[in-house]
Amino acid sequence: MSSKMQSSNNIAQARRTVQQLRIEANIERIKVSKASADLMNYCSEHAKYDPLLMGIPASENPFKDKKPCTIL
Amino acid sequence: MGEMEQMKKEAEALKTQIEAARKAVHDTDMASAAAGVAPAPQVQLKTRKTLKGHLAKIYAMHWSTDNRLMVSASQDGKLLIWDSHSGNKVNAVPLKSSWVMTCAYAPSGNLVASGGLDNMCTVYNLKTPVIKTVKELDAHTGYLSCARFLSDTEILTSSGDTTCALWDLETGKQKTVFLNHVGDCMCLSLSPDMNSFVSGACDSLAKLWDVRDGQCKQTFQGHTSDINAISFIPSGNAIITGSDDCTCKMYDIRADQEVICYQDAALNSGVTSLALSTSGRLIFAGYDDFNCNIWDSLKGEKVGVLSGHDNRVSCTGVPEDGMCVCTGSWDSFLKIWN
Repeated sequence: MSSKMQSSNNIAQARRTVQQLRIEANIERIKVSKASADLMNYCSEHAKYDPLLMGIPASENPFKDKKPCTIL
Repeated sequence: MGEMEQMKKEAEALKTQIEAARKAVHDTDMASAAAGVAPAPQVQLKTRKTLKGHLAKIYAMHWSTDNRLMVSASQDGKLLIWDSHSGNKVNAVPLKSSWVMTCAYAPSGNLVASGGLDNMCTVYNLKTPVIKTVKELDAHTGYLSCARFLSDTEILTSSGDTTCALWDLETGKQKTVFLNHVGDCMCLSLSPDMNSFVSGACDSLAKLWDVRDGQCKQTFQGHTSDINAISFIPSGNAIITGSDDCTCKMYDIRADQEVICYQDAALNSGVTSLALSTSGRLIFAGYDDFNCNIWDSLKGEKVGVLSGHDNRVSCTGVPEDGMCVCTGSWDSFLKIWN
């Protein structure tokens, strides 16, 4: 590749980098305290429906092997 | 000043501006904010099923939306479809290339996909009398690290060629290519509303993308090595990443920054995979040290461990109903825990 082509590639790359950084710089950001509060609220509202957090009664556990019945 | 110099200066100024904007909203961090929250209970899960059938390392698994079937991929050259309730194999799909790195189940349950060092994503129809290959998606110039169906007509892929792509499954062509990473893309996760997705790469960055317009919206830094695993939390407002730097991190999307780091001085193995419980409170992270550690996502504390595999845990998955967690390993077994 000629050095002229290479430097125009580099400039194109640099332009794309600046373009991308402009997009990322211009977003609205909320405070971490608000973000954390929302996360905590979501977790607490959904906790009671979370089987891995609450535990699963044996009778409702589809993965638990049922004990075999013996016929006497 | 030459244009190159100008561009460099502007780039530096923008980076400084972004850091300042992040700092300006950093009035606390997640762990401090959650100091008053009751700790998550110590989680002791038991192995309910050990799924035996693969003959070599398992690299990936994915739950069906029916919460019962799942697909796993192994370098024995097969995809296996399992009924997790009975532990039985429902289907076996022989792969053209045994160097598989990812598998995915379509939300409809009709299709599965696989891909790996063949650089292709192959899609199979499970509902025809004999399982058929319906498409070979061939355009990536690097390995396929991850695939996720949006529907029976669209699939997202991430690749070692540093790009991600959205494909039209009717034409077999790429609709959108996502360009911005400078390292191999290793993982991706679709947002709950399916309008965006995040990718993790070997450039140690996670990026948020708009599915439709292909635009990279945000970049999350902080990791010091490859990001191997990534997942949206159920609310869609934050993401969790797992890295070869032995830590997991939570990044909040709206605050545009890292809000908590899950690490332990005693842990010096890379994170390979991760999955979340339905409330988002528990993170199940698979490590190279053969364990899956369970983290309290809000407080940053380890609350349990899943030990039982005899080799690296390569994949983890929680079904939509949250009733269990599945781990897959290089020891060739999958385990179901709850």
